[in-house]
Parts: sequence; C-alpha cells; structure tokens
Amino acid sequence: MYLKSAYEIRDKYLRKDMLPTIFCPGCGIGSVLQFTLRAIDDLGLNQDEIVWVSGIGCSSRVPGFVNFDGLHTTHGRALAFATGIKLANPDLKIIAFMGDGDAAAIGGNHFIHAIRRNLDVTVILINNFTYGMTGGQVAPTALKGLRGTTAPYGQFENPFDIANLAVSAGANYVARWTVFNYLQGINSIKKALQKEGFTLVEFLSPCPISFGRRNRMKTAPELIRWYQKITVPLAKAKKMSEEELEGKIVIGEFADRDRPGLVREYQEYIKRAKKMMGWEQ
Amino acid sequence: MRYPFPVGRSDFIQGDEAIARAAILAGCRFYAGYPITPASEIFEAMALYMPLVDGVSIQMEDEIASIAAIIGASWAGAKAMTATSGPGFSLMQENLGYAVMTETPIVVVDVQRGGPSTGQPTLPAQGDIMQSIWGTHGDHMLIVLSPSTVQEAFDFTIRAFNLAEKYRTPVVLLTDAEIAHMRERVYIPKPEEIELVERKLPQNEEEAKLPFGDPHGDGVPPMPIFGKGYRTYVTGLTHDERGRPRTVEAEIHERLIKRIFRKILDHKDEIISMEEFMLDDAEVAIVTTGIVSRSAVRAVKILREKGVKAGLLKLNTIWPFDFDYIEELAERVRKIYVPEMNLGQLYHLVKEGANGKAEVELIAKIGGEVHTPMEIVERVVG
Repeated sequence: MYLKSAYEIRDKYLRKDMLPTIFCPGCGIGSVLQFTLRAIDDLGLNQDEIVWVSGIGCSSRVPGFVNFDGLHTTHGRALAFATGIKLANPDLKIIAFMGDGDAAAIGGNHFIHAIRRNLDVTVILINNFTYGMTGGQVAPTALKGLRGTTAPYGQFENPFDIANLAVSAGANYVARWTVFNYLQGINSIKKALQKEGFTLVEFLSPCPISFGRRNRMKTAPELIRWYQKITVPLAKAKKMSEEELEGKIVIGEFADRDRPGLVREYQEYIKRAKKMMGWEQ
Repeated sequence: MRYPFPVGRSDFIQGDEAIARAAILAGCRFYAGYPITPASEIFEAMALYMPLVDGVSIQMEDEIASIAAIIGASWAGAKAMTATSGPGFSLMQENLGYAVMTETPIVVVDVQRGGPSTGQPTLPAQGDIMQSIWGTHGDHMLIVLSPSTVQEAFDFTIRAFNLAEKYRTPVVLLTDAEIAHMRERVYIPKPEEIELVERKLPQNEEEAKLPFGDPHGDGVPPMPIFGKGYRTYVTGLTHDERGRPRTVEAEIHERLIKRIFRKILDHKDEIISMEEFMLDDAEVAIVTTGIVSRSAVRAVKILREKGVKAGLLKLNTIWPFDFDYIEELAERVRKIYVPEMNLGQLYHLVKEGANGKAEVELIAKIGGEVHTPMEIVERVVG
C-alpha cells in the first residue's frame, strides 16, 4: 500500500482553525483518525456525502476536527442520532466515532439495537478501558483488576467484549485491532466503509494520562508493550484453551457478512406497505 | 400527492389520530417513537401512513433514542416528530435541550397522563406544564402549544411544525389523555388550504459559514442541512457563530443563549395565541389551558346566568408566556381563577403575571377527571 504523507492527509481533511486537538501526548485517537481519513482518501469517497456523528468523550471530539458535516451529540446517543440522519437521507454515509464508555455503557442499548436493525453506519470505536475526558474512571471494557478513579482497588466487574457483542447482535462487519496494527486497521476501515449495514472497527488505544498512569504504564511505549502482551490474533486464539485466553484480548476480523442493511429493509417495507394498501402503480 | 386519509372534508377521529394526520399534511416525513399510553395511537397512525407517503416511521429502543433520531433526521433535512407521555418526556429532556442548543426544528408531542412516575397511564392530567417549559437543564427557550379540542390538536400540530421551522426551535405540543382519546368531528383540509412554513436555508457560502450566526438580524440563522457541501459542525457545547466549540468564554456563551431567547421573545406577539370569551366587561377572570378550557366556557355561561360578570382567557400557547397581558387583565378584574388538572403549575405563571394587581386563586383537581363546570362555578360564587 502506498501511504500518502500525514501532512497531505491533514491538509486535505482537517479544519486548521480547530487545531491543535485536545488529545493528550501518547493518545491513540489521532492515529485512528488518521487511519480513517486514509481509508476515506484511498477509497476516493466524496467528502460532502459523509457525516461524522459522535457522542461525548475524547473520541467524540473528532468530528469537530475534520472538515465534514458532523453532529457532536449527547453521551452514548450517537447511533440514535445516526439512525435519523441515515433514514432521512440514505445518500449520506455515516461514520460514528465513539468511545468504549460511550458505546458500551450509557449507549449500550442504542449500540445493540442499531446493530440489530443493521443500521447503515461505520462505527470507529476507541477502546482505552477508561473514561479519559472525565479523568480516568473505570469503563465497562476494563479487564478485571485494572484500576480507575472509581475502582481504585482494581475493577471487580466482568468486562464487555465489544467486538463479540457486535458479532452476536448481528453486525455485518466486525474487526478489532490495536492502534499499532495500522495496516490491518486501515484495511478494515476501508472494508467497513464499503459495506452495507452495521460495520464496526474497534481499536485498543493507549491513554497514558488517564488510564496508563493509574495502571503502572505511564507512557505510550509501555502501553504498546502491554497490548503486545495481552492481544492474541484470532487464528492463534482458536487453538488456545479458555484458561490460556483468560485476561487476553483477541484481535482480528470477527465477522464479514452481507445481511441487508436498514435502509434497504425500509425501502422494501415501503414497497410492501404500498402493495398491501393497493397503492402500487 | 396522494394522502392515506380523506382530505377536504370532516372526519370523526381521536385527538391522537388528528395529530398524526396533521403532521403528515404539515410535511412531516420522519417519525421515531416508543410506545406509551396515551400517545401510542399517534405512533400507530404514523406507522400506517408514513410508508405510503414515502416517509419513515421507526420504533426506537426508547424515548431518548426517539428524540435523538428526529434531531438527526431534521439535520438531514426532514420535518420530524416524536410523541410520548410524561415518563417518556422526562427521558427526552436532555436531548430536548440539545435541540434548543443546536437550534434544530423538531416537534415533540407530550400527551399528558397522571403522574408523577408511572402514575395513572390512562387518565388525563395537566402535570407536565412545568416540565414542558423547564424540563431540560440550563437557560433555554422553546415554544409550547396546548390544544383543547380535537380540531385544535389538528390545527396546532400544523402550527407547531410551522413555528419549529420558522424559528429553528423545538416545539412541544402539550395535550392530554382526554383530548388524545376523545373522538370529535375534525375538518381535514386539502393541502392547498394549508399554509406551510419551510426552514430558512443558506442562500450562499457566507451564510452557510455562520450556521449559528444572525445574518438576517431576526435571530434565526439559516440552517445548512447535511449533505449539501457546507460541512457544518453541530455541537451541544457552547459554540460560536460558525459552530466551533467555545466553552470557556463568558461572552460567547451569553451571546448564543441570549440570541436563542431573543429569536423567540422578539417574536412573541406572533407566537403567543390566546382566546378571550366574555372577558370585555368581566370582573372575574378564569385562565385555563387545554381540556379544562371547555368546562370553563360552560362555567362562564352559568356564572353569567347567575349575574356574575365572569370571563375566560384560554391560553393556546403556554410558552412563551404573556406576563404583561396577565398584568393588564389583573388590573381590570377583581379576581383571577386558575382551574387546572394539577396542584398548581399554570397558577404560578398567572400569579407572577398578575403581579399583585388582582387576587389569583387556584382551582386544582387531580386524580384523573376534568373539572365539571359546576366545580368551577361553585368556587367562584363561594
């Protein structure tokens, strides 16, 4: 793959008057944003036909930095807003940029129902195990034992596996990578953007300031090494026992299928309604 | 355009049904909702009609998602509506504030029922007056309309869309279970008989660059809807005229919020609608809204027969509230009575408006019944 320089991507897609970003040193959100913009650029998608939607949190500030139509909404509700945008104007392509707390906690219900409906949206999900913007509280994705300001003695609840949750709920495309798997990440986003229905690319993303600092990983390199240690590629994981997989996070492509998306289903529904009422031409 | 119901003639329908038909005639093409008594029939009618007019009707996972979806649809260019009752309306409050802050035209119908909490799902009440005005957080301004008949439920729904589009604001249609479920004769006009207002769109790049500015001086910025190449960023954070988040500068926050107030308050004469009945020579005034107005009309007639110079002021708009008018009224009457189906919500507004110029007395009734005319009469004659 030929990679354009980061400057080219920046100049083409970012709002210069909004820079610098709010992101802390070592944060992975900028990398994932770059992957997404590279995917859009590689696919040659029309900038004016894409709407970015987000909820609340660090990752949700992304639509403000990119030069697209964007809706920065309320905590956890991005996909509910997206449902209205997409159904009211199916010509628009929707990218929802979300965080783990945003998608899996307060927005958990919208998340599973958007997937159940197969809403035509590409979700780019930043999973950093924490609520970064509010100062490092524990997230529903945090592995047992990880610390946050609201679990100072280590998380005692079980974590959500967002990617598997999405697969079970019926998403058309689901992949999970760390921000360091950049080629796989970009390719997955490209795949996701080209598919109908609900697509999700989850990134394990470092948050040294709010998360790492409280878990003895103060810098991004320390978090990189930790991610290398806890992640297992899907093919390898299939050969491992449940005990061996304890505390590990599987990465890879989890689902790739072509169920009809919500827009197509609704268009069929309109046809059915007109037929049943004797309205068809 | 073909409609899935007869137009240009009268029909005998429920309030909920009237609201749904009016919405479609007003150009609503996106409905998102969650079932709740006594508002469900609005949704059921929309579910039946919307696909036939190439509109969307979708059952969301909850009320929060419903209002979120209609805000999204509005930014995608659609006229959009949701309907609910008290408990669902409470869930919508955060995003109602978002719609105020982002100046998104939407219509939210609240068919009130007995509360608080799940209360009396099937019985009428007027307990959401304060919630409709002040339910969301922060300083905010929106419009609340309140019908008293099924015909008004129809007419005010169309007006709600027009006001929402004209002032780029959420409008609440506040009705109650009694009107929602009552059947009355309603005239359903032909589309050409209805005057519709469409939102102001940017005329050029310059206007599109200021989606939260005031290029026309009326406080209402043109709305650059998504997909037109304007690349608009919309946020619930305090933002400048271009829509950029500016969360710590006091003057930017003040300028934004005051304009959101101003765009409605500067036009309050056009927005506020009231009806007077035998009020010219009245010594006693009754101020009502919604279903209670109908008992009050009868009460006024009985009072007049009894020699009491009574008159009625029926509020079609609850918010913005014409405090000045109430003060003028208080100057010319001896006493103002406020019968309402709660323990005193409209009463507070009227009392503030009266400003001590006349005694204001609440005639409260809760439990799920509308005041009878005699209940009002007896209180007035003591």
